[in-house]
Amino acid sequence: MSKNTKECNDMILCRVWQVLKKPSVKYSLGTLLIVGFISGIVFWGGFNTAMEMTNNEEFCISCHEMEDNVYQEYKETVHYSNRTGVRATCPDCHVPKEWRHKVIRKIQASNELLHKALGTIDTREKFEAKRLKLAGNVWRAMEATDSRECRNCHNFEFMDFTEQGRRAVQAHDKGISAGKTCIDCHKGIAHELPDMHDVDPGSSIGDI
Amino acid sequence: MMKNITAIAVLLVTVGFGTQLAAEPISSLRGATDIDQDSSAAAAKRYNKDEEPIARDYVQQPPLIPHKIKNYRINLKSNKCMSCHSWSNYREANATKISQTHFESRDKNVLANVSARRYFCTQCHVPQVGAEPLVENSFQPVTAITGK
Ligand code: HEC
Ligand code: HEC
Ligand code: HEC
Ligand code: HEC
Ligand code: HEC
Repeated sequence: MSKNTKECNDMILCRVWQVLKKPSVKYSLGTLLIVGFISGIVFWGGFNTAMEMTNNEEFCISCHEMEDNVYQEYKETVHYSNRTGVRATCPDCHVPKEWRHKVIRKIQASNELLHKALGTIDTREKFEAKRLKLAGNVWRAMEATDSRECRNCHNFEFMDFTEQGRRAVQAHDKGISAGKTCIDCHKGIAHELPDMHDVDPGSSIGDI
Repeated sequence: MMKNITAIAVLLVTVGFGTQLAAEPISSLRGATDIDQDSSAAAAKRYNKDEEPIARDYVQQPPLIPHKIKNYRINLKSNKCMSCHSWSNYREANATKISQTHFESRDKNVLANVSARRYFCTQCHVPQVGAEPLVENSFQPVTAITGK
């Protein structure tokens, strides 16, 4: 013990560690366990609460970059208003459900906060200029996960093809066997597309 | 003299029409509803489900769209129709490719991409609802199409 402390003399971290390592003489093991248990719940709960608080539509559109652009466009689409009134909100498509993936996505979001502070997309023009890049990020992520977020709600296996349109049946039948994923065919399902001239020259006018 | 005859003719025609109008009150598409009253709205029609291509009625007719087009955006950044109907995508989408005429400029120059004057597809191509014609007509498709 004394030998260790001596070795530690001028290193703060090391000394802190020594204190932490020392068995408690003041409090009983029971007290320590209970306090530890409760604060664990508080921290864990707090962490998850914070995560949930940032996981709903109001939070997503609390910044004008989202409210003025993607939200307005999304309001015209099937996932906002439809026959049955079932909705898909921003986090349904953009934040994974499973905890591990969710935390990773939330950590990535800190980069978004940085750009919010920098004002990278704080006007419609700036947003449009960056749009292809932003959309590309989402497409790549969805291709990599076989459109996991879409499949949280939709599933090829439970689709009644007799209820679907003629084109949908043909495409889905072919798509499944060709190993395609939802985002391969359903780009622009919730927002306006970026300028697609570089992605698919045939489906954009480009410079006239 | 000539002037007088014309004047009389005009007079007769107008009076003639006038009396006819008085005899037969105009019935517009509004029906018998007075001008100062709101006519009741017709039930909203729903677009047809996806179907097979619809036969054309005359030779230069833009074919009718045989499928839903709700939320298909066409703007300067992208054209949803072309994601299935362009020459690069039609095979994959199993759709009809746009015809050669869609590449021609106003001066009949053939362009490398769809011509700007054909870019906004729904100017000419329209989807269908199952509605009876509001006014009867006796239009017949040309024999070149029907073969009769
Ligand atoms: C929160 C659940 C949910 C998520 C996540 C979701 N959807 Fe949907 N989606 C729905 C519902 C519900 C409808 C049907 C609405 C109706 O017609 O009643 C729908 C309808 C659709 C339609 C039919 C459009 C039409 O015009 O009829 C398509 C295509 C679609 N979704 C694709 C996707 C894709 C691609 C994704 C992933 C990017 C996705 N959805 C994610 C719930 C969801
Ligand atoms: C090979 C391309 C392709 C793939 C892959 C694909 N779709 Fe589709 N889907 C289509 C086409 C084409 C239509 C019909 C046209 C339209 O709705 O724009 C369609 C229509 C739909 C519809 C509406 C059906 C109807 O007729 O009411 C839903 C819902 C849908 N897709 C969901 C999905 C989901 C979820 C996935 C991934 C599991 C997926 N699609 C994968 C091409 C595809
Ligand atoms: C039905 C699923 C779905 C919903 C709901 C949805 N998005 Fe998206 N989002 C996508 C997809 C797919 C993309 C990739 C680009 C594309 O295909 O349009 C995308 C792209 C984006 C982008 C990148 C820029 C762009 O336009 O491509 C932003 C930012 C975004 N979404 C924010 C939001 C916000 C905020 C909401 C809620 C108001 C929301 N999204 C709701 C599926 C969705
Ligand atoms: C998801 C792919 C897809 C999209 C998007 C699409 N179409 Fe089609 N369209 C088809 C298919 C497939 C057919 C052929 C129908 C069949 O044979 O069953 C077709 C048929 C047609 C026809 C009939 C052609 C003929 O020879 O009679 C017209 C016209 C047409 N589409 C116009 C449009 C327009 C305009 C838009 C945009 C508003 C559009 N389509 C968007 C897939 C698509
Ligand atoms: C100015 C009117 C006009 C516009 C705009 C227009 N079309 Fe056409 N389209 C026609 C006419 C007329 C025909 C039939 C004669 C012909 O083939 O040129 C036709 C034919 C077609 C056909 C059938 C071709 C075939 O071989 O049978 C398709 C598919 C089609 N158009 C799709 C489109 C699409 C997609 C767009 C938008 C990019 C579009 N059209 C824009 C007038 C138009």
